[in-house]
Amino acid sequence: MMKDMHKPERSKSLFRFAAPQMFYPLAGRLAPWFAGIAAILAAIGLWLGFFVAPTDATQGDVYRVIYIHVAAAWMSMFVYMVMAFWSFVGLVMNTRLSFIMSQALAPTGAMFCFVALLTGSLWGKPTWGAYWVWDARLTSQLLLLFLYLGFMALTRAIEDPRRADKAGAIIALVGAVNVPIIYFSVKWWNTLHQGASVSLDKAPSMATTMLTGMLVMALAAWAYTIAVTFWRVRSLILERERHTDWVAAELNALEGKI
Amino acid sequence: MSRALGPFTAVLGRDLLLAWRGRADVLVTLAFFVVVVCLFPFGVGAEPNQLRAIAPGVLWVAALLSTLLSLHRLFAQDHADGTLEQLLLTPEPTVLWVVAKICAHWIATGLPLVVVAPGLALLFDVEQGALGVLILSLALGTPILALLGAVGAALTLGLRGGGMLLALLVLPLFVPVLIFGAGAVDAYLSGVGAQAHLLLLSGGLLATLALAPLACAAALRIAVE
Repeated sequence: MMKDMHKPERSKSLFRFAAPQMFYPLAGRLAPWFAGIAAILAAIGLWLGFFVAPTDATQGDVYRVIYIHVAAAWMSMFVYMVMAFWSFVGLVMNTRLSFIMSQALAPTGAMFCFVALLTGSLWGKPTWGAYWVWDARLTSQLLLLFLYLGFMALTRAIEDPRRADKAGAIIALVGAVNVPIIYFSVKWWNTLHQGASVSLDKAPSMATTMLTGMLVMALAAWAYTIAVTFWRVRSLILERERHTDWVAAELNALEGKI
Repeated sequence: MSRALGPFTAVLGRDLLLAWRGRADVLVTLAFFVVVVCLFPFGVGAEPNQLRAIAPGVLWVAALLSTLLSLHRLFAQDHADGTLEQLLLTPEPTVLWVVAKICAHWIATGLPLVVVAPGLALLFDVEQGALGVLILSLALGTPILALLGAVGAALTLGLRGGGMLLALLVLPLFVPVLIFGAGAVDAYLSGVGAQAHLLLLSGGLLATLALAPLACAAALRIAVE
């Protein structure tokens, strides 16, 4: 762990980046690129969505929130899967970076979850006439937000990082097993009670520009997530490894720059 | 058989004896359940049709909350006096005595709820035929709550503000149980028949019985190491 700075291991394998010391500079180099890609894609996506795409025949201009809503909703679910994946890898291989990765992903996932709920409710008011409907998708998205908050609260509440890592990984995996169960139970519960009053499935066939805009926004969300996660991973690595020589050297170099 | 189950029965017997000696704690959980259920008519009004409609949901939510309230006791005392470490050091499989502890916990806190619930349901004027379904759904569902909750209790062992954290961790996981538990009674009352709900609850019970103790044992090892 406290390897000498002057003779870094020159393994050719990609696995060398599993060491926080090796991943730190890589993340630092890649993050600005992804941030740039995210900014460009978001600009293109929003331009397509707000200016190029036609107005929806039934919903008017309100539907344009879809360009943020759908990307955020996709991302919130996908990030939880990635988080559970890294938790699993961490528990099996006992690699510290995997745990750091899953903890760095959680706030972004929770943010996208919240954005999806918020834009959804803003969209719901003019189209369904209510800010909130106990629709299966909305409800499971809300529960997903609770799962994120639980994960974050648990990892923050435990002071010993090793225990926090493993406890967080267990709850992430328990959550991941439960997400499909929650989704289908909520879906069934809803259909039993209300019937399919609100369905997002039967969206009318979409214009290609609408679809392109949405996909571009989804890619922007991906790039944003990667960039932000890398930056957060860097901070977490510095915090975790603050007793090592290389972090001391790194911090000295940073101070020199300022 | 007795040798393989030796640690199981030993831990089960010990925890049940402890629960019996401290039965005031157990009764508090039960009293909480009764009081929460009795509060609802004051909140929503005493209109019989409305009460009848919300009864299954109210009973289930109250059962869920009182389960949550008692969860922290599952491992806290053993953790404080070092019993937990000793148990983890024994060569016996951790999962075995973890299941025994959860079993004893359910018998002490879950079973009384199942017994009392039909009486409370009568306060809400629930049709008598539905009482059997209510008992069955609670008998199948509350063990799931105890098993899932045990994972959360093990993860939050000895943490500051562990109670609130525990609620945040396990309540989203309780939702499917709530849906199928309360749904079973509703389905019976609406004439659809509760069989599907009860079968799903049974399946859920078997699945959590198989998986949750493993996660719980891992969490306990993390908490103590």
